Amino acid sequence: MSVLDNLFVKIAALVRTTLTGLGLGDIWVNLAMVILYLAGILGVMITAALVLVLVERKIAGFIQLRPGPNRVGPWGSLQTVADTIKLLTKEDIIPACADRKVFMLAPVLVLVPTILAFAVIPFGKGMIATDVNIGIFYLIAVSSLATIPFLMAGWSSNNKYSLLGGMRAVAQMVSYEVPMVFSLLGVVMIVGSLQMSAIVEAQSKVWFVLLQPVAFLIYVIAATAECNRAPFDIPEGESELVAGVFTEYTGMKWALFFLAEYANLVLVSAIATTMFLGGWHGPVLPGWFWFFIKTSIMIFFFMWMRWTFPRVRVDHLMHFGWKFLVPLSLANIFITGIGVYLYKTIGW
Amino acid sequence: MLQQYGAIGLFFIFGIIFGFAALATNWLLRPKKPHQVKLETYECGMETIGETWVQFKINYFLYALVFLVFDVETIFLYPWAVTFQKLGFFAFVEMFIFLAILVVGFWYAWKEGAFEWQ
Repeated sequence: MSVLDNLFVKIAALVRTTLTGLGLGDIWVNLAMVILYLAGILGVMITAALVLVLVERKIAGFIQLRPGPNRVGPWGSLQTVADTIKLLTKEDIIPACADRKVFMLAPVLVLVPTILAFAVIPFGKGMIATDVNIGIFYLIAVSSLATIPFLMAGWSSNNKYSLLGGMRAVAQMVSYEVPMVFSLLGVVMIVGSLQMSAIVEAQSKVWFVLLQPVAFLIYVIAATAECNRAPFDIPEGESELVAGVFTEYTGMKWALFFLAEYANLVLVSAIATTMFLGGWHGPVLPGWFWFFIKTSIMIFFFMWMRWTFPRVRVDHLMHFGWKFLVPLSLANIFITGIGVYLYKTIGW
Repeated sequence: MLQQYGAIGLFFIFGIIFGFAALATNWLLRPKKPHQVKLETYECGMETIGETWVQFKINYFLYALVFLVFDVETIFLYPWAVTFQKLGFFAFVEMFIFLAILVVGFWYAWKEGAFEWQ
């Protein structure tokens, strides 16, 4: 079992010794290792996104009592492959009125914050690309950059639907960022470190979902809003904004936005797993497999939520974020502070 | 330390390269049959009327301002949260002060109607 447990760590160590054996300098070996990690993360991310598109459609079908995609391949399993080929060979249309450079740049940049954030996700024991000592802080900083491509896309399309969608996306992501950041603060107070590996290590006995149930709830709600997923998908609400920021995008540019959406879903599920559900801790099975299971459960939960709840109205969304979630998350910090202090001084 | 952030820099560079590579693949494979009508701004079949880039609803700006205030305060809350257990009673008292500042700011923004969506 221990062989399986450290499978990827051992592979990485093997590659490292091989590279050192080839007589490469220390810097080049490290560079090669980072590129290897990056390739692994990109591979996992893209595979996950492609699989999740199909899974989401199948789950939607299951929830709405219909078969879902079932024509391409057995049980529609090749549907995403067909979709990808279609998107790759689509004509690329840039509207005459659009701001060409910004219009081009937005889909390129939309994936960057997600890829950057994956750099500090511990997929298993020792399976973290760079274990920076400000892990979760860095994660928050990077994920708040995700608003910029949306604003760029909305503004440069020169389309009223796109602009409204972009504005809404930014307002929503910015508003729900505050409760999300506050909810993660409770965990940091208990651990006393921002390092991702330390946060997972601290959950070897008790998962933080038990110590911070309110924070977990706030995080799940805010993360749904950060990903622009239903019930918080007003930035692209089809019934009023056609497709929001994506209205003018075609072919691969649109596909990149789509890819980013699913990559973000994986990311927030992975963060929830790391911060609240004990990361890779679990009995018997290898750590990375536990991480996979927990992340999958979180993803399923997000999908279940999407296909169960109706879309929230824009003013309700803002009021809920600012007037309910922010005070609640502040109260959570307060109570956590008192709890931790009492635990430390009095000893219960 | 420097190596860790160097790795993040590499992630950044390759992230951008990935986006351009995806677009380049599309560029190699896609057909190109431009037509005047295709390049028009989409508006459900109607011709667009007026400018898109106009002055915009003030609420978005207010939310952005309030967000900025809260986000800056959170940046200061994080170092405090890390050292909370080491500092003991001092940090405990400071928590009340910190949260009081936040709550006062929050109350003021609420009173001034910054959270209202009109």
